[in-house]
Amino acid sequence: MLNQQNVNAFNYRKRIIIAIFLIIAVIYLGRLFQIQVLDHSYKASASSNITRHITNYPARGLIYDRNKELIVYNEPYYDLMVVPGQIKNIDTTEFCSYLGIDNKTFKARVLKAREFAVHLPSVFEKQIPNEEYAILKEKLYKFPGFFVQPRTLRRYSKPMAAHIFGYVAEVGPEITKNDPYYKPRDYIGISGIEKSYEEVLRGQKGVNIILVDAMGRDMGSFQKGKYDESAVSGTDIFLTLDAKLQEYGEKLMQNKRGSIVAIEPSTGEILALITSPSYDPNLLVGRSRASHFRDLQNDTLRPLFNRALMAQYPPGSAFKIVNTLIGMQEGIVTTNSRYSCPGFYRSGNITVQCRNHPSPVDQISSIQYSCNTASSIIFRNTLDNSKFTSMQQAFNNWRNHVLSFGFGRIFNNDLPYELPGLVVSSEYYDRIYGTRGWRSLTIISLGIGQGELGTTPLQLANLAATVANKGYFYTPHIVKAIENIDSINPKFTQKHTTSVDSIHFATMTNAMWQVTLGGTARFARIEGIEIAGKTGTVQNPHGENHSVFIAFAPVENPKIAISVVVENAGYGSTWAAPIASLMIEQYLTGEIKRSWYEKRILDAYFLKPYPEVKQ
Amino acid sequence: MKQGFFHDFRNIDKTTVLIFVVMLFIGWLNIYAAGYKESHNSIFDISQNYGKQFVWILIAFVLGFTVMLTDVKFFIAFAYPIFITIMLLLISVLLFGTEINSSKSWFQIGGFNIQPSEFAKFATALALGKFISSIKSKTITFQNRIKAFSLIFIPFAMILLQNDAGTALVFSAFVFMLYREGYISGLLLSFAVTAAFLFILTLVMNEFIIIAILSIIAIIAAYVLRNKRKEIFLVLGLFIIMSAYVYSVDYAFEKFLQPHQKNRIEVLIDSKIDPLGAGYNLNQSKIAIGSGGLWGKGFLKGTQTKFDFVPEQSTDFIFCTIGEEWGWAGSFVIISLYLFLLIRIVIIAEKQRALFSRIFGYCLAGMLFFHFAINIGMTIGLVPVIGIPLPFFSYGGSSLLAFTVMIFVFLKLDAKRLDLL
Ligand SMILES: [Zn+2]
Repeated sequence: MLNQQNVNAFNYRKRIIIAIFLIIAVIYLGRLFQIQVLDHSYKASASSNITRHITNYPARGLIYDRNKELIVYNEPYYDLMVVPGQIKNIDTTEFCSYLGIDNKTFKARVLKAREFAVHLPSVFEKQIPNEEYAILKEKLYKFPGFFVQPRTLRRYSKPMAAHIFGYVAEVGPEITKNDPYYKPRDYIGISGIEKSYEEVLRGQKGVNIILVDAMGRDMGSFQKGKYDESAVSGTDIFLTLDAKLQEYGEKLMQNKRGSIVAIEPSTGEILALITSPSYDPNLLVGRSRASHFRDLQNDTLRPLFNRALMAQYPPGSAFKIVNTLIGMQEGIVTTNSRYSCPGFYRSGNITVQCRNHPSPVDQISSIQYSCNTASSIIFRNTLDNSKFTSMQQAFNNWRNHVLSFGFGRIFNNDLPYELPGLVVSSEYYDRIYGTRGWRSLTIISLGIGQGELGTTPLQLANLAATVANKGYFYTPHIVKAIENIDSINPKFTQKHTTSVDSIHFATMTNAMWQVTLGGTARFARIEGIEIAGKTGTVQNPHGENHSVFIAFAPVENPKIAISVVVENAGYGSTWAAPIASLMIEQYLTGEIKRSWYEKRILDAYFLKPYPEVKQ
Repeated sequence: MKQGFFHDFRNIDKTTVLIFVVMLFIGWLNIYAAGYKESHNSIFDISQNYGKQFVWILIAFVLGFTVMLTDVKFFIAFAYPIFITIMLLLISVLLFGTEINSSKSWFQIGGFNIQPSEFAKFATALALGKFISSIKSKTITFQNRIKAFSLIFIPFAMILLQNDAGTALVFSAFVFMLYREGYISGLLLSFAVTAAFLFILTLVMNEFIIIAILSIIAIIAAYVLRNKRKEIFLVLGLFIIMSAYVYSVDYAFEKFLQPHQKNRIEVLIDSKIDPLGAGYNLNQSKIAIGSGGLWGKGFLKGTQTKFDFVPEQSTDFIFCTIGEEWGWAGSFVIISLYLFLLIRIVIIAEKQRALFSRIFGYCLAGMLFFHFAINIGMTIGLVPVIGIPLPFFSYGGSSLLAFTVMIFVFLKLDAKRLDLL
């Protein structure tokens, strides 16, 4: 049986065989060392395998007005989620009937979710309102694979101030890519204070970590919920806004195009910020948000355009306040100044029309009657002052005065998407006319607030506040307080002083008071309330003049400064001034006694369908 | 007889028996961990895999004991009849068997499934031992080589017909015995190893890069051997053959393999291609093992295997449970146990005076090694996913009983080595 020679010949081979066994064992141990000890990625994969992070979405912070009236709150909604791998023997037709969808839609959505992930949840139907959910809730047990995730959406107690609040929407892919805080399906403030106070309002997301098996089935909470976090609601915000005044202003502006901005002069707090036409903020919430947004975008009245911050009008005669104050500061206008007005101002081949009014006028009555002749002379004298060596120097001196009133730049406050208006520089005229090609007469229209000048309603209201404060202003802002935070942004308590001395503002206040007592805005008088104001009638190339009025009241210790712009309505005195008057009455007395006066405004209709005016 | 019996028990290699028992015990615990359910927390619960495995282990002990009681000459004398019987069983399972996992290789008896192909390994080892040890001539003739290869090829082909490629491949494990007995030359063995190596390399790398590497090696070799003309031609010839081989493997892979076969191999190359498809098993298996770390998560604490992330976790992927719960330390112990057992079998085989006993020992070692290398290699992504169990650890009776019989027949042969010639 035994073949001794053969055995000997191949005896060495046992060592080779043992060597092969050894080599394989060593290779395997090395490989195991690599994946078990050196490479940590498998541990991470293992934990993401078995845990599923379910986000707890926080409710956004509530928003109150200055009188602590709740104006923005939250309502529960439900996102219906689906885990496609867990759908089992369900009655599709019955299920679809609860959601109001057809079988085809059902299949398409499940397919889409399946493409995303078979064992992970994805949204089947988002933002189901409470009343619909109540029906679904009872039946949900019949449909394995579906569950709901509670969310909250905004609700607005009054259909107003849409532009101030802005709106909230699901984050887009650009944001989730760049900001690690945001994950798909999170909400984020897109405009208004929802945007500017996003970090305050959004709250803190929480998480429930649950264990899942390979089928994605819930195997209970991870480590008995040790690492779970509940969501923390967003912080509440108190606005400077007076909800009643805002609501009333929006009512007054119905069927009109334009804006009202009211500010508390002593603080810069915005009391009302009205843009018209506007829309009901409740439209931009929930499932129909996108379609409503499209409708608003296509509306020829442009309700999404935030006129209070973004419309840039030449201020018209209201700007005479600024020009006269500069004249006073420069010593051009004094108590002794007299200007005789033949009904127009003429120099060379340029004529500026004025109206019929008592002549001559002084520094007070020139404002009272809004005399274009006086304004033209004052403006030219300011620029043609012999102390300046060049036109450019003179112009820049004037321009710097204007800028100190807050014109030509954004306030950069807590309202996003503000536009700076327009105060051109001397280089602008150099480019058009050549360095030596322009004189004070060339730019005479600036003297009456026309020409290359753009101001927003917010800037005009700030001008009224600046006069009310006799020479300074606080940055207009919309948030008064944030819950649990003692002080507001220090930027808003910083005084901005104009380059004109306060003594001149006292004179100007007197002049503006005369405007309502016996000047262009007699119509705006209110029994028992002293109002200082200035009308403006702004020419525009697209049609009827814009009606402008700025005012503050009471004259002593002013509580409200206001600007009103009604586009294409005509004289400032006929529409803008009465609206400002009603607003002041509403704010200071809390009621309107002049119902006939109010009715005239409410009945007025100025929405002619032609394109937006932008200058 | 009675005295012989006690004599055999005294002479049995206790080290091997000890390793065998330890492996079965560890295997059983891991099957318990892999399939553990709180509602069935008894390790003896017969409705669960771990309870059933306990029964299989008991049967294995009884079987081992029975083998020790049997006259060992029976296995030598009846080697051919046993072989023929098993071959008939392989045919009948093709006709009357039950299909499980697309392999028609099972008989269902009660709640237990039996796979005749597992016993074909034993039968083939007996037949090979009987045939080779009966050859009287001193040199190995071509005819005898063919006969020996045929003994392997017949069961291989029949198991392949059952669509059980994994088990069929195990028959290639006889190369170790054939090599040891001189039926395969060292050149052929190294040739096979090189071919296998190049095959895997071709699937992992672009074939032109491999050919470029081969040519660099050839140029260096030619430079070293620049004074020896004959060797230079050999190098050149080898280079051409290897390049052609690499190219044709790639060509064959692209051209002839069916998509699912290609998939299995491609998955090995990059398991992230399709983590929920064909690569899912491998990826999850590596995650489970990799998450074990150095010391493991502890007994019954494995999350990946517990929550069913690893498929076939108590059978083909049982090593995942070991890797996850016992870490690298546990893997080290298991691999060391295997290595120790393999070397022990080789050493015992070399002690044999009877050629039959040595051949049988090498057959056993070869098959154990093949199962070990393929199964663990598959779970750690070094070998394509081939469904064969890890002996003594994987849940299931057929493989356990087949290897138990082989080990105890071998130990019985060893105990009787002085009586056998
Ligand atoms: Zn005049």
